[in-house]
Amino acid sequence: MAKVHLWASLRRFADGQEVVEVEAATVGQIMDALEKAHPGLGPAIKAGLSVAVDGEVIANNRAAQVRPDSEVEVFLLQRLKGG
Amino acid sequence: MSRSEVLRATGPTASASMDVKIGMKKDGTITAGQIFFRMQGGAFPGMSPIGEALPCAFACYDIPALKHEAVEVIANRPKAAAYRAPGSPMAAFAVESMVDEMCRELKLDPIEVRLKNGAKNGSKSSYGPIYTMIGLQETLEAAKAHPNYAIPLGPNQGRGVASGFWFNHGGETSVSLAVGEDGTATVMIGTPDIGGSRASIGLMVAETLGIPYEDVRVNVVETGALGVNEPTHGSRATFASGKAAVEAARQAIAEMCRRAAADWGIDADAVEWKDGAAHPAGPNAGKHPPMTIGEIGAKMGSTGGPISGHHEVTAGGYGASFGTHVVDVEVDPETGRTTVIRYLVVQDAGTAIHPAYVEGQYQGGAAQGIGWALNEEYVYGTDGRLQNPVFLDYRIPVASDLPMIDTVIIEVPNPGHPYGVRGVGETGITPPLPAIAAAIAGATGARIRSLPCTPPKVLAAIKALRG
Repeated sequence: MAKVHLWASLRRFADGQEVVEVEAATVGQIMDALEKAHPGLGPAIKAGLSVAVDGEVIANNRAAQVRPDSEVEVFLLQRLKGG
Repeated sequence: MSRSEVLRATGPTASASMDVKIGMKKDGTITAGQIFFRMQGGAFPGMSPIGEALPCAFACYDIPALKHEAVEVIANRPKAAAYRAPGSPMAAFAVESMVDEMCRELKLDPIEVRLKNGAKNGSKSSYGPIYTMIGLQETLEAAKAHPNYAIPLGPNQGRGVASGFWFNHGGETSVSLAVGEDGTATVMIGTPDIGGSRASIGLMVAETLGIPYEDVRVNVVETGALGVNEPTHGSRATFASGKAAVEAARQAIAEMCRRAAADWGIDADAVEWKDGAAHPAGPNAGKHPPMTIGEIGAKMGSTGGPISGHHEVTAGGYGASFGTHVVDVEVDPETGRTTVIRYLVVQDAGTAIHPAYVEGQYQGGAAQGIGWALNEEYVYGTDGRLQNPVFLDYRIPVASDLPMIDTVIIEVPNPGHPYGVRGVGETGITPPLPAIAAAIAGATGARIRSLPCTPPKVLAAIKALRG
């Protein structure tokens, strides 16, 4: 079970939840599960975002493995730009 | 494009105004923080870096209660463009100015307050994830210990301290490496070099292959020569292209070990690579003299063909870079002119692959930030047209405006990179804005709450204080 934290403006697409729990073994499965449970999140996911898993920003790499236990903490971050 | 066309049409950073509120106990403990941002990035939504400004605002602190809010303002102005650490300098100006003001009010040392409340390993960042390995505390300790922090100040002089942050970035990255017949290596990257990344990547490849730096050439190649590459942005070039180049070198090493193994008639697993040559991995692999990259390269045509390595990745594992700046200024009480008399940059590079280029990035970031703090401003007329589209009127700092900018490179290696690289290009522009405003407050007693701190503005603030 991954605890996925949504940034504030995404929460309205997930019934106001700050944290959504999903069963997933990879980043790709997290995104698919989020979109299935809350279709309103689809455009933001498709627009591109960054993902932090247990503190490590691993980019939006769908193949990246997620530790299969209840403590794993995932943050969705807006895709960052730099100057 | 002419200079004036560049200034008119290519986009400044966004304009911003913000309100910040911080709760601090008398002992300097910060209990809560709140920021409200307004950012204008031109006529189209999404052009301002509001999404970066908010997470940067309190990134240097470990504060139990935070609230971030923002609105983007649409106006008939040129579109904003990405500008070194987009959003972070404005956020730092707000938060670090407020922290400085509270320190002065409570008569607390600004570095001690930051050491007390600053983010450290295991802190929950203001934007969510836990910081696993960061170097903010080390920058603060080094700034505190630096001789500049102890130099007595003269009349009309003030000292300012501020910390700053940038996330850094990885992104889509593609690199190729080819071994030459003479034992040299050519690396092809897609991130243009704007601050020393070619030399740094060359050093990392040389280290990985075990050959002299002089035997590695790094070329920035045309778009079609590689897979997709994001441009050089986000302080990512040395981190991401370097990470991919190391992986490409490892691929080439694996192939060179296979060539040596075939020549020796042993299993490829029984060959190891060190000091630029293939070696038998142990006594069971038999007695074979080392086969150098030059020897393998010279006969590659008859042993299986060209030897190269490629790596394509959306690079993750990037690590934030924190910095702390200390600046001394002297303010002329008759004119309001501010002169920077001493400047110190302390920043965590992860690992400084090429220290001189890292130092150059620190100094360049500080100089650009000093320009923003003291002079640089787009001035628009009532008709919405830019009034100062040449460098005569848009004043950037030149060498004669600045003292030698002292640097201290902190190295807390990033675990997400094979050599610990973080990325150093952007953090340096962040602290100068609040540090200089704090130093002016120290020199004059006047707190400047909008930038730039031009002589007329500073003089007016001094006169207002005098009544």
